[in-house]
Formats: sequence, structure tokens, C-alpha cells
Amino acid sequence: MAMASNISKGRRKSPFLSLLVKTGKTLTTVLVTMLGLLFVTFFIGRVMPVDPVLSIVGERASKEMYDEAYRALGLDKPLIVQFLYYLRDIVQGDFGISVRTGFPVANDIKRVFPATMELATLGTIIGVVIGVPLGVLAAVKRGTWIDQVARVVALIGYSMPVFWIGLIGLLIFYGILGWIGGPGRLDIFYEDMIPSVTGMILIDSALAGDWTIFKNAFSHIVLPASLLGYYSLAYISRMTRSFMLEQLSSEYVTTARVKGMSEAAVIWKHAFGNIRVQLITVIALSYAGLLEGSVLTEIIFSWPGIGSYITTSLLSADMNAVMGGTVVVGLVFVLLNIFADLLYKFFDPRAK
Amino acid sequence: MKHFTNLVASATLAFTVGVTGMPVAAETPANMLVIANRIDDITTLDPAQSFEFAGSDVSRNIYGKLVNFDPADLDGGYVPDLAASWTVSEDGKTITFTMREGVTFHSGNPVTAKDAEFSLRRAVTLNKTPSFILTQFGFTPDNVESTIVATDDMTLQITTDQRYATSFVLNCLTATIGGIVDSKVVMENEVDGDLGNEWLRTNTAGSGAYSLGSWKPNESVTLVSNPDFYLGAPAMERVVVRHVQESATQRLMLERGDIDVARNLNPEDIAGVSGADGVAVDSELRGRLMYISMNQLHPILSNPKVVEAIKYLIDYKGMETSFLNGQYTIHQSFLPRTYLGAIDDKPFSLDIEKAKALLAEAGYADGFEVGIVVREAQERIEIAQSIQNTFGQAGIKVNITVGTAKQILGEYRARTHDIYVGAWGPDYPDPNTNAGTFAINPDNAQEAGHTGMLAWRNAWDIPEMSAATLAAVVENDRDVRATMYEQIQRDHQATSPFAIMYQKIEQTGRAENVQGLNLGGAITAVSYWAVSK
Repeated sequence: MAMASNISKGRRKSPFLSLLVKTGKTLTTVLVTMLGLLFVTFFIGRVMPVDPVLSIVGERASKEMYDEAYRALGLDKPLIVQFLYYLRDIVQGDFGISVRTGFPVANDIKRVFPATMELATLGTIIGVVIGVPLGVLAAVKRGTWIDQVARVVALIGYSMPVFWIGLIGLLIFYGILGWIGGPGRLDIFYEDMIPSVTGMILIDSALAGDWTIFKNAFSHIVLPASLLGYYSLAYISRMTRSFMLEQLSSEYVTTARVKGMSEAAVIWKHAFGNIRVQLITVIALSYAGLLEGSVLTEIIFSWPGIGSYITTSLLSADMNAVMGGTVVVGLVFVLLNIFADLLYKFFDPRAK
Repeated sequence: MKHFTNLVASATLAFTVGVTGMPVAAETPANMLVIANRIDDITTLDPAQSFEFAGSDVSRNIYGKLVNFDPADLDGGYVPDLAASWTVSEDGKTITFTMREGVTFHSGNPVTAKDAEFSLRRAVTLNKTPSFILTQFGFTPDNVESTIVATDDMTLQITTDQRYATSFVLNCLTATIGGIVDSKVVMENEVDGDLGNEWLRTNTAGSGAYSLGSWKPNESVTLVSNPDFYLGAPAMERVVVRHVQESATQRLMLERGDIDVARNLNPEDIAGVSGADGVAVDSELRGRLMYISMNQLHPILSNPKVVEAIKYLIDYKGMETSFLNGQYTIHQSFLPRTYLGAIDDKPFSLDIEKAKALLAEAGYADGFEVGIVVREAQERIEIAQSIQNTFGQAGIKVNITVGTAKQILGEYRARTHDIYVGAWGPDYPDPNTNAGTFAINPDNAQEAGHTGMLAWRNAWDIPEMSAATLAAVVENDRDVRATMYEQIQRDHQATSPFAIMYQKIEQTGRAENVQGLNLGGAITAVSYWAVSK
């Protein structure tokens, strides 16, 4: 007790300093993580048995053209020097030019990332809105048919190959029933008809007040988002169920019930209240996973997102684009982690 | 616990309603052509630099050229485009073009001989990958001022370093690099003396049937029609090419009527759409050839009887009807069909007995052991495996080495391979593009290092055939020239260490109401301006 009051006194002395130290620690963590990430991607990129020069000039280029491109890429310098140059450019927000698209990698990412973000956000919303109640329900109704159904649903979501389920979904809902829009983010007819503000068409069209385009965009995103949502639902509901089971079997729940609290209050206020922090981690992880870009989903639905961007770049040895994309994905991961940390503080009484 | 169930149920319901309430277009607009294609190979739209298929497809519809192919008659060869006519000097070195009157660029500027001069000089000066198509005629950054000259607004003279067949020069001018750009607009966008190279990467300044609406890498290219196009405003006012990677997805979109043309359907999906209502399937020859070649530095492979035997040990038909079905067709000479002088002779088929007899004559009745190098591409590996199998039936034991493009190409260029499984695509629309590599070897010495030439890479020493091929390059009569190539190919077929096996075909699914779409065959790229619905 005495110790606790000492600590709190110490805190009160310099709240500013402690904040500074905390921020500094977080920043250091971010920086070290990012540096490590850059280091690893850079060196993997350089030792890969692909020839970035060949992919620029083509097989039949003369020796002089090859050498010129080789020098232009800075490949004649020692590896460590190349890495330092690369770091210097990145700090200035310059990821280099993508040899495949001919645009600065930063521009490309600005174009492809919102597409992925839109899809991932909607997918996560679906996953949370359905997955959490489903998990809670399964835990409460443990062992009943509801629990069994919820588990089977989650299991299917886990084990179904996205390539197959995506194509079947397209075939049924788009090909046969015609209920939804096909591959791509919009019907081709509507393309370029609204100004790009966020790069997320649902938001942009809402901002522009163009509900026809909004509806069209929604009809295109609904299937891929549901697919991703299903995957995150499977994960979230399973985790929710096991967290809830743990809580429901604790003594305080029994005590609360004995005290005559209503069942809803026991479940929501006590048990659920206690799993919120864990749940946030799960959701943040699942969201981060979707933000990496689901390559197969993007390919099947011709969704120009960051997953297919990185993959295609990798296949054509476009290392600037691969590294740029990887750094952005890494950064998103780190930022989401920090964000989840902040949420903990908000929800966890102990962290206060 | 009822509210849990309600929550799930209402979420599901809201979802379903949202989904089902969507209207879906069943047909593309009448003035719009929508195409699904893989366009992730476009790296630049600058005609002086662009050298990829999807890029040529865009370029051909945006940039006029001095001479060009008529989509309605590709076999007819080049016809006047921005040049209305031309004359050739007596020494055969200077071609004088008279420009077409009254043609304007998309900017409204008139198309003049000065623009043509600028464009060709620019392509030579920039010296990008495809520049050899022009520099092979002796143009260099240093001499363009005197060799490519607009004598007035309507007259352009180009002078080559020696006499060449006129058809050779003009065929090369139909390539993407022959595109005429708007010199004023391009120079307004020049940065650091780059002759507008960076700007033209993502913008266009042409006089063709279409101008660029937008290009989003890996996503889509939109072309907007040019109402002032000198051949008449195109019927399709917008052409949208959307990048769709998956064949099955392209097929669904075609069947739903959301696209007019699907360009990358695999054989299964082609079979699937063949019966569908309102869908037609077109099959078109492309320029790519598939071949195997035998290194003549190899003590056994340099025996002519062995070379001949090997040509009978390939299961041409078997591969064509199995894993190459719908993608390659049997072709056994070095000029792709639709090229000037191409022949369709197919003297070889799988004949184990004949091959065994030839091997016995050569003194290898018990066979021998040999290596095949192949790069890690599915169809080439399958070809190597098929060959391994049929060679085995004649007692030749084959060891397959699979490697990356860089490794395998390195071995090929260094002439350290035994047998190489290769593909070759023509670079420009003239027979010399293939003759100049399959049938010329200026100096077979290792030090000569003609690594760009396939004949040298296989150490095939052919002074006579080289001379014949060079003679065809300067023959001015187009028909005589064609006959010369026919003869060279027949000799090549009989004696060369190349077993040319296949020519690429491309199958396209098309909505039946789309008429007049020409994909350009083996010789050029797609033309949208003749399309109607």
C-alpha cells in the first residue's frame, strides 16, 4: 500500500516526463521494428535469383543498354551503400520508381492501398458484427445444436480454399443469379465518374452524393467483403467462444448468478466486459491480416489492391515495389498494434 | 437470449436485402467496347520505348505511322498511313515520303513532315530497347540530322547507310517505334532533355483513332475516340481494357455480358463458352515460336544424321493435342505464318523407327546421353518431359536441367548447353527479324560473341545461308524477296540444328454482336477503329 502510494506520487511529480518516456519507448520500438523490416526485405530482395535489369531492358538488349540500366539502378555500388541510399530515400517518402508500372512506388501504393483498406474494413465489420455475437451465443449455449452449428460454420470458414469459394460465389451470385456486380470495383461504365478523395469508392461516392455509384460499388464489394468477412468471422467467433467459456466458468460468474443478477447482465456486463481487451487484440490482428491484402481474393475479383500489387511485382522482379509494399504493410501492422494498445488502456480498468 | 438470435438474423437479412436489391447491366453500351485482358506488362506508353504486347495494343490505336497495316487486310502488307505516298532513289538508299494532307493530332496541331522527322530522330536518340529496329539501318544519334530530314512540311527523306529492301525498311516503320508523335506537345513537356520520354510514359500525343483516357497500371486502360480521325470517327467511342487475371473470371464476365471480349481464356474456358448463347470464339495466330536447338559444339549433336533423327523424335501432334491444346499449333519453319515469305511445310512427325535407323547410320544405334536445359516455365518443362520420353524410345537418355531465366539464358549465350528448349517472338513485322537470328552467323568463333543470334548461340557455322539471308535483305522486289525466304526456310528446315515445333495461337471469346475486331495476327497489334456493334 505504501509502495503504491509512492509510485503514484512519483507519477504525479512529472506526468509530462512519463508521457515523454512512454512516447519515446513506443517510437523506438516502431523505429527498430521498421529498420529491421527494411533490412530484411532489402537483403532478401538483393539475394533473390532474379535480375531486375533484365526485367527492365528485356532479353535482347545490347550490353551497353544493360550496363546503363545496371548503373541507373545503382547496382554497381556495394550492397551496404545501396541500403543506405535506400534508407535515405525512404525517409524522404521516396520508395523509388516501380520498373513495372513506371510510376513512383509511393503513387502506386496510394492507388492500391485504399482498395484493400475498403475491402478489409468492410470484411472486418462483417466479421465482428456477426462473429462476436455468434461466439458469445455459442459459449452461452455450449453443447447445444446452436453451438454445433456455430462451430461448423467457423470450421468451414477456416478450411474452405478461398480460390474455390470465391469462384463458386461469383458463379452463383454473379454468373447465374445476377444479384451482384462482377469482378472489379465498379461497373466499367461508371469508372472515373467520381473524384477520388480517399480512394475508397464507397466513401468517395457518398461524399459526392452519388448514390447510383455507391450502390454499384456496393454490389461489387459485397461478395469479396463477405468472403473476407467470413474468414475473419470464423476466427473471431472461435476466439470469442473460448474467451467467453473461460469467463463463464469462473467463480465470479457463479457468484453473480447466486446474487440473483439477470442472465443478460451476467453475460454482457461481467463476462463480456472482461473479454473486451483480449477481443480487441484478436480483431486488430484479423484486421491487420486483411490489410496485407488477400492475394487470391484480389486476383479472383480483379480487385486492384496491395496484395496483388506486391505479388505481381514480386513475379516481375520489381523489387522497389515489393519493398515499398512490404514496408507499408509492416507499418500498418505496427500502427494497428499501437492502436490496440491505446484501446486497452481505455477498456482495461487495470491499465488506468 | 432471444436478442442474440435477432442480432444475427437481422444482420444476415440486411445483408441479403442489400445484395439482392442491386441492378445489374446485362449488356455493355452500344458505343463502348469493353475488353478483359492481362495488361500488367505495360511499363510505358512512349512509342520510342514500348516493347510489350499490351503496350503495342494501346499504341497502335493512338499513334499513326508513316505506313501501317490495314486491319481488314493484314496479308496485304503495309499501306500508306500518315505518308500518302513514297518514292525510292535509284541507289535504293533514300526513301522520300509525301505526307497526307489535312491530318491533325489530338491537340489540333497539323501532322507534318517535321513531326515525323522529330519522332524518328527522337526514337534513335533516346536509344531505348526497341531502337535497334531503326538503328539497324545505320541511323545513329550522331547522324540523324542528315539521315532523317524533313525537306519541307510535307516531305520527309530518310537515308539508310546502304541499300536495303524497301519492304524491309517500310515493314520496320509499321512497328510501335514508328509511331509519329506531336512534336510541339511533346517538347512542351520535356524535362531535363529527356525529349518528353517521362511525360509520354503516361500521356499520349498522337493522331490515331483514339487518345488516352486513362491508364491505371494493373487495373485498366481507357481509350477515347478521336472524332477527327482521318479514316472516319470510330464507332466505339470508348474502349476500356480492364486487367482481369483469371481466365474463369473473364469467362463469367463475358457470359454475363459485362465485357465484349475476353482475351485470356484457357482451353477449358474456351470449350465452356463455345456453346454459349451470343458468344463467338476466334482463333488467331501470334508470332511466338517454340523450338529446340542443338549445340553444334557437342560432338554427337553436330552429326547431321543425329540432328535429323532428333527432328523425328518429337511428338509434335501429341503435345499439340494435350497440354498445348488451344495455345500452340504445329509449325516447322522459322517465319511465323502471316509474315512475308512464310511457308507451311511440315516434313517432320514422330517416327521412332526412322529416327533409330538414322541414329544407327550415324553410329549411335545404342543411343547416347544428352542434357536439356529449360527454364522454369510450365509448358516448356512439359515439352522437355515429352521429349525426354520420346528420345528414350530411341535409346537417347535425356537429363533435364530446370533453372531460372537468367541461368538458362546465361548457359545458352555462353554456348555451354547441349539442347535448349526455347521460345522466340519476332521483334518487328519483317521476315528479317527471324531470318536475321535463325539463319545468319557472321562469325562462329567464340570470341566473336554474337550472343544475340540464335545461330551463333548454337555454334552453327553457315557462311552460305548467311549470304543468302543477307541477299534477301537488299532485294527490292517484294515477291522475289518472299521467294528467297521460302527457299532459305526449306534449307533451314532440312539442315539446321533447330527443330522448330510450334507457333502460338490465341483464342479469344467475343460477344457475337461485336464485328470487325482484328487482333493483329502474328504481325501487328489490335485495331479498335474498325469495330462495330
